[in-house]
Amino acid sequence: MPDVSSTPPNGTLRFAGVTKSFPHRRGQLLLRDRLLDLVNPSRRPRFTVIQDVSFDLMPGESLGLLGPNGAGKSTLLNLATGLLEPEAGRIEVYGRVTPLLDLGAGFHGELTGRENVRLNAAMLGITRRELEERWEAIVEFSGVREFLNEPVRKYSQGMQLRLAFSVAVHAEPNILLMDEVIGVGDRAFYERALERIRSLRASGTTILFASHNTELLSMLCDKALWLERGKVLQAGPVADVIRAYEGPGSNA
Amino acid sequence: MHPDRTLRPHWHGDYVFLFQNLILKDFRVRYRNMSLGVLWSLINPLVMMGVLTFIFGRVFGGDRPPLFPLFVLCGLVPYNFFTLSLIGGTLSIVENSQLIKRVPIPREVIPVTVVVATTLHILIQLALLLLLTIAFGLTPSASWLWLPVIWIPYVAFLCGLSLGASAVNVFIRDVRYLVESFNLVLFYLVPIFYSFSIIPARYAAVYQFNPVAAMVMAMRNILLDQKAPPASLIINLVVASAFVCGLGVLLFHSLKRRFYEHL
Repeated sequence: MPDVSSTPPNGTLRFAGVTKSFPHRRGQLLLRDRLLDLVNPSRRPRFTVIQDVSFDLMPGESLGLLGPNGAGKSTLLNLATGLLEPEAGRIEVYGRVTPLLDLGAGFHGELTGRENVRLNAAMLGITRRELEERWEAIVEFSGVREFLNEPVRKYSQGMQLRLAFSVAVHAEPNILLMDEVIGVGDRAFYERALERIRSLRASGTTILFASHNTELLSMLCDKALWLERGKVLQAGPVADVIRAYEGPGSNA
Repeated sequence: MHPDRTLRPHWHGDYVFLFQNLILKDFRVRYRNMSLGVLWSLINPLVMMGVLTFIFGRVFGGDRPPLFPLFVLCGLVPYNFFTLSLIGGTLSIVENSQLIKRVPIPREVIPVTVVVATTLHILIQLALLLLLTIAFGLTPSASWLWLPVIWIPYVAFLCGLSLGASAVNVFIRDVRYLVESFNLVLFYLVPIFYSFSIIPARYAAVYQFNPVAAMVMAMRNILLDQKAPPASLIINLVVASAFVCGLGVLLFHSLKRRFYEHL
């Protein structure tokens, strides 16, 4: 019988039979094309990017996504972020979701580091009060304190990464969605970033992490999903999936 | 369980904080690399006011309304507000495709931010207009209290228009060219450099149901005639604004799910 206690806790992430396809486009976005669409609705076939994917993550669990380029890892992350909707199936997300996908997507080169932190934080759903409380921690962690009043276009890629990463992890997400981004920083930052992700995980943050780096995946994830052309080829404990993915007989 | 087809409300952030930061971004990006900063906002209406006053006041001559420069500026400010909001709004989703594809903020925020930022920008022009009104010898009067009554529905009208145009522009990129041509035509269809009273009666409806024209006429009632705009004008403005705003919101809402795959 459903009652209040049956609401899943924050950090729960569920995909059930999720399917997503995109239209073939060939860059045609003009009035002419829309008129042709009206005449012939089926002239543009869709291709399936994600097909019948299911998994269930509880708070604090972490799932690695493995697979070649074009396997659907990014689409899966975007579906979980809420940027895309599935055609079929159901996605359930509980709590604050923080994507750490494309660094500096929300950064504007003309704005200073300080201004970008505020803007980025607001976009990630951090409230004004939360930002005030966490400001010192964000600046300290990023290690770019002395450049905060410089426009971000003068930052190196590594510095931008550090700032963006610092804001995202201080959003205290219930669910953190990541792709390869953390590979951009230097060694010292990389270590700190890993440490931070581990501590988030220990405190109950659910992690969905897409990477080609199997070493990193086995460090950060308990479970893994091997995607190939949008379908789940294998799912299970991270070590088993990596072994199968790298092992002989696979076409990876 | 039914399949979840709505764009899930993943974003539970602070709307006020988000708007504030997006508007600040717009202002900073717009003015930071301008040595004269905000003053540039004032140059365009002043130049246009001067040119129109010269052409239609001196070159064509004839009967012109009293206080002609002010008369023209009462037309230019609402017209500028319209064109800046609509062009900026139309392009907003496509230009911010990076945000649409990477950050789960509510999509409506993007075109609405353009209108709000333009409002602040236009308030500078409005302040200029009020100062010039005083400089031309008209003292501030109680009729000025009608200004917010007409400006609030007008902002809602522009928000609706921007929402609708930005959404359609994602799917049909020609919309921007339509909007640019439309803005040009509108310059002549709004009584900026002529008076509504010279319009033949059979065309009057074209003006009365055009919120931009209604705004211009109401501005002149308030600032030049120092009286309340006629009730029919206010009602037209409010009804047309509410209609356009509602339509824009509905259009945006029904199209936003497919933005990602078309950007």
